[in-house]
Amino acid sequence: MDFSLIAQQLINAVSLGSLYGLIAIGYTMVYGILRLINFAHGDVMMMGCFFAFYGIMIFSMPWWLSFPIAIVLTAFLGILIDRGAYRPVRNAPRISALITAIGVSFFLENLGLVVFGGRPKGFPRPEIFGGIYTFGDIRFLGLSIWVPLIALVLLSGILFLVYRTRVGRAMRCISYDMETTRIMGVDVNRIIAITFAAGSAAAAAGGILWAMKYPQINPLMGIIPGLKAFVAAVLGGIGNVVGAMLGGLILGMAEILLVAIRPDLSGYRDAIAFGILILILLFRPTGLMGEKLPE
Amino acid sequence: MKRLLVVLLVLTLAFAVMGTPAAAQKKGEPVRIGMYLPMTGGVAAYGQMEHAGVLVANKMQPTVLGRPIELFLVDTKSDKIEAANAVDRLIKKEKVKAIIGEAISGNTLAGGPIADKSKVPMVSPTATNPLVTQNREYVFRVCFIDPFQGEMAAKYAFDVLGARKAAMMIDIGQDYCVGLGNFFAKSFIKQGGKIVAMTYCQTGDQDFTAQLSTIMAAKPDVLYLPNYYTEVALTCKQANELGLKVPVFTADGAQAPELLSIGGKDVEGVILTAHFAKEAAVTELSRQYVANYEKETGKEASGFDALGADAYFLILDAMTRAKSTDGPKVREALANTKNFNGVSGIINVGPDGNAVKSLVLLHVKDGKFQYLATVNP
Amino acid sequence: MDEHHRRNQIFSIIAVACLFLFLLSMHLYADDYQIRILNNIALFIILAVSYNLINGVTGQFSLEPNAFVAIGAYTSALLTLTPAEKQMAFIIEPIIWPLSVIHVPFFLSLIAAGVVTAFFGFLMGFPVFRVRGDYLAIVTLGFGEVVRVVANNTQTITNGPLGLKGLANYTNLWWSWGIAAFTVFYIARLVRSSYGMAMKAVKYDEAAAESIGINAFKHKMLAFTTSAFFEGIGGGLLAHLITTISPTLFTFFLTFNLLIMIVAGGLGSITGSVIAAVVITWGGEALRVVEEPIRLGFIEIPGIPGMRMVLFSLILVLVMIFARQGLMGTREFTWNGLFRKIRAWTHRTAKES
Repeated sequence: MDFSLIAQQLINAVSLGSLYGLIAIGYTMVYGILRLINFAHGDVMMMGCFFAFYGIMIFSMPWWLSFPIAIVLTAFLGILIDRGAYRPVRNAPRISALITAIGVSFFLENLGLVVFGGRPKGFPRPEIFGGIYTFGDIRFLGLSIWVPLIALVLLSGILFLVYRTRVGRAMRCISYDMETTRIMGVDVNRIIAITFAAGSAAAAAGGILWAMKYPQINPLMGIIPGLKAFVAAVLGGIGNVVGAMLGGLILGMAEILLVAIRPDLSGYRDAIAFGILILILLFRPTGLMGEKLPE
Repeated sequence: MKRLLVVLLVLTLAFAVMGTPAAAQKKGEPVRIGMYLPMTGGVAAYGQMEHAGVLVANKMQPTVLGRPIELFLVDTKSDKIEAANAVDRLIKKEKVKAIIGEAISGNTLAGGPIADKSKVPMVSPTATNPLVTQNREYVFRVCFIDPFQGEMAAKYAFDVLGARKAAMMIDIGQDYCVGLGNFFAKSFIKQGGKIVAMTYCQTGDQDFTAQLSTIMAAKPDVLYLPNYYTEVALTCKQANELGLKVPVFTADGAQAPELLSIGGKDVEGVILTAHFAKEAAVTELSRQYVANYEKETGKEASGFDALGADAYFLILDAMTRAKSTDGPKVREALANTKNFNGVSGIINVGPDGNAVKSLVLLHVKDGKFQYLATVNP
Repeated sequence: MDEHHRRNQIFSIIAVACLFLFLLSMHLYADDYQIRILNNIALFIILAVSYNLINGVTGQFSLEPNAFVAIGAYTSALLTLTPAEKQMAFIIEPIIWPLSVIHVPFFLSLIAAGVVTAFFGFLMGFPVFRVRGDYLAIVTLGFGEVVRVVANNTQTITNGPLGLKGLANYTNLWWSWGIAAFTVFYIARLVRSSYGMAMKAVKYDEAAAESIGINAFKHKMLAFTTSAFFEGIGGGLLAHLITTISPTLFTFFLTFNLLIMIVAGGLGSITGSVIAAVVITWGGEALRVVEEPIRLGFIEIPGIPGMRMVLFSLILVLVMIFARQGLMGTREFTWNGLFRKIRAWTHRTAKES
């Protein structure tokens, strides 16, 4: 493999990895606070894409209006799911919460199939993201540069929220001890709602970028990215926002490299994520940047 | 309280069963035709398109033998267990006289034996795998089969495009793609060509850049993609982004409006083998169908819906010729179909219940599927 | 052994005889559609009850049944296909040597399916039970996906995405219900044995169980392997019921269906799993009503395909929120319990009147 091919694959890997990372942030935030694997997270991302799609197609909004509105709507959807499905089972055994999450995930997917239909829809790609740039033999889509940049901006935003605001401090407190935090007078449910909102907004942003990169959306599109993003979150150390991004990048890299080096094994691509997951849980259950894993 | 809810759930289910509406009797007892199609699940798109085609066809020709036609749709959820259930249900519960479906080969293989056993004729719009009709007296199809399509594509690529080195990317998640890809490769090599890059992907994959980089390195004359439209559209987009400039050749699974809406300008110039082109609408029925379809749905007719309609029209034609809706008689008539002027062209039913029909070549130009040529078997 | 032991035995024999007569009459008079539903019900009883052993009884929430069913289905199918059929089916790459010539009767293939799947379950258990809780769920989900991906890619063994076609339709009412009855009987016995007690102890408090000398890992493995054995046999029955299998049949969707059953029936209750398997399999067909157009005189409400799954997922969430114990909680049906209920009821009505 020559240099330009390596550079080419590297660009592909970073842009795919940042997308996994963006979706993983939502997983990691919710897990950090509630110890809940939000199975429906990938489907929340899917809803974000459809909000943006219908904003442009039905209400003929320009993209710079439609995308933020979709992100806000998705944040509200996150709050709604928490309120309607997760809050009632908050004091139940954790497995009940997980089963509820699986139910919510299937509910969103099937509702999507009924409401949006199963046929994939072409997602519009605004001009400014669509340009193709060449450097010698290396060619890439403008979006491939935008994706990591936007991911970086959103990551800093969320880091600021978690580490530099009162809400963020409350989030971190809840993740240590929810009951004590409640006694200290923090409105725990409000903080959890904000966490869901932030995580869902990041997922929507990731989803919209995903939909522009692979301009095809359908109600089942969230499943595989969702599962892989979860693996990325575990890889980076679940509960750790920076770790989630790092895990995403590593996963993206591993997938692209496998297919590039051994095209005959590309059928096993979807198995890589789970292979990594199993290995990580066996040998370093705290992930790369995580603290002690709770039982 | 909790128990109450569970009891309520059970009761709802029980009522649902009891409440099954007894089909209303209309004057001139209706002829019941069943459809089992994937309306939800992984391949829902094909089921929904074919269903739309059947509905338009039904509006055009709502009676047979002077009796109204009643359509029954059962969703297979793109699942084999459900497909088998669906066929049994259509035959035993709804007492249908003929069945349209399934959209994909795997599910038709699960449903076919049941139709065979109950002697109810079944016509699949788009199950292209040769095994679907093999040793199945009562199973027919209105599409051509993959060996023919693969061979014609290979000939065209070799003779007309002048390609000697072909690269391929096969979706190994679909037996349609694997089968067709193999038939193409065999024929292309037999012609004297060479497959310089063979890569694989899976249904639902979104990133093909790694495969495309390998393909670029092999410098092929043509890229053959025997895949469904979503994958083909995304592949073309990424090929353009990477700067891969070779003719892209694909097949009937790509003939859907989504190829154009997802692929945009990146699918310009793509060539495909297909069942149907509205420019090559050779039959009167075909022209009427195209007009009706656009009026009813506001969309352009495409291969999948046209074949759904053809399955419907073919069954009606067979019933008319048999002057009966009796299973074995309709089967006889179906098996003896000669020069039926269907939507997708002139259909002859050959040995093994397979349609023998011509194939059209299309290319994408100015954001539309446009007719290139017709190839006869 | 209580005083009613003999009475209970007699009632059990009568119940089995009733089931037999019911099946016989169905066999003679029911149409194919009804028989198919009955076969499906038996199949889902086998799968749900064995899935419940690991998830409910032992409390190890895992999501792998689709993998086990897949392994069982492929094992059994590859063994009952004749060498000639296999040669015809493997059109892309020929099947590897030992499989290409082996051909055994259906019953042996089912046993083999169970044994091979149990063996895979045993191997999987070692890494899987190093984690707990929701990690266990995700790792087993991962294994399910990996098995599917491998089935898709090992062309020379599984025929890849093309799958195996034209299997003989061996599964009939006798096979499916016979094995279902055996599964329920065997697992009920296991749960009541000292092993079962230990499994329940592991479920309620693993540390406490360990402290009184129960080897938690050993009992988890026992439950997991036993569960795998029956899931595998269920897979073999499934393959010969629908006569064609391919990797797409064994997605997470299958696991999801089973999950609804064991959750709605009550995690840990065999009775609950059986009832839920019956109600949901039959109800799934009955609920097709919501997808069909409803004719009310002149008005026609168009059916909405896909509504059933929306309802099912909603039911799962609602059961979790409002009726976490499901139908049966962890209680089981017993003759004694039934007679106690009847006695209490007659007593009450006698007093009221």
